[in-house]
Amino acid sequence: MGRVWVYAEVTEGGIDPSALELLAKARALDPEPAAVALGPGSSAAAAVLGRHGAATVYCSDDSVYSDFVAEPPTFALQQLVAEHGPELILFATNYDSRDVAGRLSALTGATLVANAVDIPSLNVAQTAILGGSTRVDVRLEGTLKLVLARPKSFVAEETGGDCVTIAIDIVVPDKLKRVKLIERHEARATGPKLQDASVVIAGGRGLQGAENFRLLDELAEAIPGAAVGGTRAVVDAGWVPYSYQIGQTGSTVKPEVYLAFGISGATQHVVGMKGAKRIVAVNKDEDAPIFTLADLGVVGNALELLPKLIEEIRKG
Amino acid sequence: MNIAVCVKHVPDPNLPMEMDGVRLKRAGVQGVLDPGDEFGVEAALQIKERLGAEVTLVSMGPEASSEALRRGLSMGADRAILVSDDALEGADALATARVLQRAIERAQPDLVVAAVESTDGYTGTMPAALAQLMGWPQVTFATQVEITDRTLRAHRQTATGYHVVECELPVVVTVTAGINEPRYASFKGIMAAKKKPLERLALADLGLSPDDVRPAQEIVELSAGEERRSGEVIVDEGEAAARVAAFLREAKVI
Repeated sequence: MGRVWVYAEVTEGGIDPSALELLAKARALDPEPAAVALGPGSSAAAAVLGRHGAATVYCSDDSVYSDFVAEPPTFALQQLVAEHGPELILFATNYDSRDVAGRLSALTGATLVANAVDIPSLNVAQTAILGGSTRVDVRLEGTLKLVLARPKSFVAEETGGDCVTIAIDIVVPDKLKRVKLIERHEARATGPKLQDASVVIAGGRGLQGAENFRLLDELAEAIPGAAVGGTRAVVDAGWVPYSYQIGQTGSTVKPEVYLAFGISGATQHVVGMKGAKRIVAVNKDEDAPIFTLADLGVVGNALELLPKLIEEIRKG
Repeated sequence: MNIAVCVKHVPDPNLPMEMDGVRLKRAGVQGVLDPGDEFGVEAALQIKERLGAEVTLVSMGPEASSEALRRGLSMGADRAILVSDDALEGADALATARVLQRAIERAQPDLVVAAVESTDGYTGTMPAALAQLMGWPQVTFATQVEITDRTLRAHRQTATGYHVVECELPVVVTVTAGINEPRYASFKGIMAAKKKPLERLALADLGLSPDDVRPAQEIVELSAGEERRSGEVIVDEGEAAARVAAFLREAKVI
């Protein structure tokens, strides 16, 4: 009981959806998994975690967990671990969770595997390498193991169960209130989030310049529920912000349709999009690796095709 | 001010990856300074130029890693420390953090800079573990960094935008690719790098034993992942846009 825990990230928008995905896996490993949710909105979210399989939810609405980065949640998690002794804690490979898991690993001496795509048992995590063509089973030792799973590796499922909600009253020492959150800025004011979009339109180096992403924006406007993303190469080049990045670093997307324009299909990118239901790729180079994944591949110039495609869709 | 920058020598990410048993092949593979680390080196050099600092590069890896360190030195870092030891093969992120912590302490830094994650392993938890071991806070995913007096103010990437965060030094900072434009090494820089100190250390020099770095994880099996099969590939002779639109209609997304 309570051998497997899920660290559920809580943001201004509520529970991170990846926590619900992790709970589906946690339930497969342990009939009564627990979840830990810290920060404002956590106790309100406990019921959601319960409905998705958590038998116990440890939570606190204390704003110390959202006002200060990483150290307060790590401290609370360490206290809970010391008291209850879980064997495995699942985290999503997200910004804050990575920090918390990394620090907890150092505090407890627990080993950690990141970027897991499956967790076959309590002491084995599976990762994907070489663009997902090879799976690696890693066995973890120790009384506590930490696994960070890639978002969208599991499908969230409502089990309709009830959970015991335990409000924790851990006092975070002042010396851990060091990295202060001053301001929040949202980059994408309109449209769906990249991870939630039903259609993802992504651009790579083949678009030749930042100004040509305008064509992707226009296409996105013509397709309901579409969002624009990019490869690491175009983010590194400063054409689009990091929040656009799809791949090993950046977002994992699983849309109904993925449209790749001027993307060669480097391993780093492919792991973030190969779970798409359908893939369309447009690239000048007929040997581009992206064509080995595409349901429809077009050998051609994306910059010539895009205006015509926008026109086709607009006229209906 | 002293700045330590964590760097890694990785197989050239532009070349196809090969396996050597259950691990990525590294021996005999063309290696480079991790492209992500160039942003960390550049960030440190920019702070050095503004505020004055000594920049020490710290790396863990086989002797070939000295090439990556030389490259960082030729960009303008002042000195380098390389920890090499057979006992470190297969080290996990926590063991790596333990080794780097000991090596970094020699530079007595006020600031440690690293990439968000390495290009070959991409675990991304080493910097946070390192900060914890040092008893320091950490600011990860920085897309902008500014130091005034002893206060660091950074833009921290989030899934939907960024947060502005602040903390006092000392701190571990990880920088995203694209935070700056890493400089090229000049000929003068390359020549100067040859004379800069590169200290080579083994585990024992850091007061660590092989037991301290023994990985608590092991690769037990490799298997084939799900392969997607490629579909139709057409050459655009003017009709492809209509074909893509038809595909989207079939998929019922338009």
